Amino acid sequence: MNAVLTWLTDGAHWQGYDGILQRTWEHVWYSAIALAIAAALAIPLGLWVGHTGRARFLAVNLTGALRAVPSLGLLFASIMVLGSRLDGELATLVPTELVLVVLAVPPILAGAYAGVEQVDAAARDAARGMGMRGSEVLFKVELPCALPLISSGLRSAALQVVATATLAAAVGLGGLGRFLLDGLAVRDYAQMAGGAILVAALALLIDLVASTLQRVVVSPGLTGKTDRRDNALRRLKTTAAS
Amino acid sequence: MDWVLGHLDDIGSYTVQHAWLAGVPLVLGLLIAVPLGWLSRQYNWLYTPLVVGTGLLYTIPSLALFILMPLLLGTTILDPLNVVVAMTIYTLALLVRTVADALRSVPDSVTASATAMGLRPLRRLFTVELPLAVPVISAGMRVAAVSNVSIVSVAALIGVPQLGSLFTDGFQRDFLDPIVSGLVACVVLALLFDLVIVAATRLLTPWLRTGAPTGRAA
Repeated sequence: MNAVLTWLTDGAHWQGYDGILQRTWEHVWYSAIALAIAAALAIPLGLWVGHTGRARFLAVNLTGALRAVPSLGLLFASIMVLGSRLDGELATLVPTELVLVVLAVPPILAGAYAGVEQVDAAARDAARGMGMRGSEVLFKVELPCALPLISSGLRSAALQVVATATLAAAVGLGGLGRFLLDGLAVRDYAQMAGGAILVAALALLIDLVASTLQRVVVSPGLTGKTDRRDNALRRLKTTAAS
Repeated sequence: MDWVLGHLDDIGSYTVQHAWLAGVPLVLGLLIAVPLGWLSRQYNWLYTPLVVGTGLLYTIPSLALFILMPLLLGTTILDPLNVVVAMTIYTLALLVRTVADALRSVPDSVTASATAMGLRPLRRLFTVELPLAVPVISAGMRVAAVSNVSIVSVAALIGVPQLGSLFTDGFQRDFLDPIVSGLVACVVLALLFDLVIVAATRLLTPWLRTGAPTGRAA
């Protein structure tokens, strides 16, 4: 345990092209690209499935089946099939991102369609009664109401992607997985364990940031926080009146 | 296809290993999650620390957890026990919340009737509350089973043999057949686990199959 602490606190391990800071940056970068692509694909698709109720059966089973595919195998297979057709770093980067996107799509898609589906039917009817068109109902009512579930889908996708981006090192890319695999190769246990602690800490930190973002983005009307604020407002008004 | 036929023995023994490494933790995790879930229902203040605390364990990447295990257990890095304990932790991370929420969803009137019939808390748990919680717990088990089968394959990187070994072997030899067979075997194994859980749930909840008419009447 002491050796691990010594490894983590040694300033020389933090700097340079293969230092902790650079590896963390690569790790975040791989994860961010994959999440952005997956969100761009899965959120519109999920909203459409939830809003129209079409292709629901397909969406449910597709997400279930995708979850069962082991990322490590998919990564190696896609490197061998795609990698030979690409040059330089792209030969490993594109297949790796592909695997991370495949991993991130199911939770985001499930969050989006489940989020729209669980919107109170009364709210939807009221919106139509006010004369909103289909797209207005979707964007002004269903989407804001679905935000908690969309965001929890994004969060669980982010966790899985950050965890799995560790595997990028297995195909020669960077990221924090480098410390795990390089340490394993030379039986440097301090480096392996240090790297493991860093990935876990990064995952926890990202989840913390995401949960804070979720609190900011989601309407207080959905989280029951309005009650407290309304009560406070009412109390203020009554004190002002008296 | 030729490769598969020539290596049926290897694929078979890898599959058995894989099923063992993914299945045993599933059972162990459930056995630990039930008392923890029950505690968090009995003592309300325990709910948040237990559910959030075990949930956080799921954020630790699998490769990292496999590597950290020897540090905690005093085992060698190649010991399959590392994988079993790590997978039990992941199962626990998913199931504690499921069991706690499932027990909480049992209607108060049912618990009260059981108490009024003279059932002590432990007897009430096993004869009334747990059976009613089975459908929810089973949904959680299905998620955990699929995720376990997929995560176990990562253990090939630290040298523990199972279906993931087909991925590393194939990748090192630049040979696609073992990788594809490993992928197919993993998905089939996940499906089998799913079928077993669904079948067990059906056996444990006979009232759900005959309950439709009363449901319609109500």
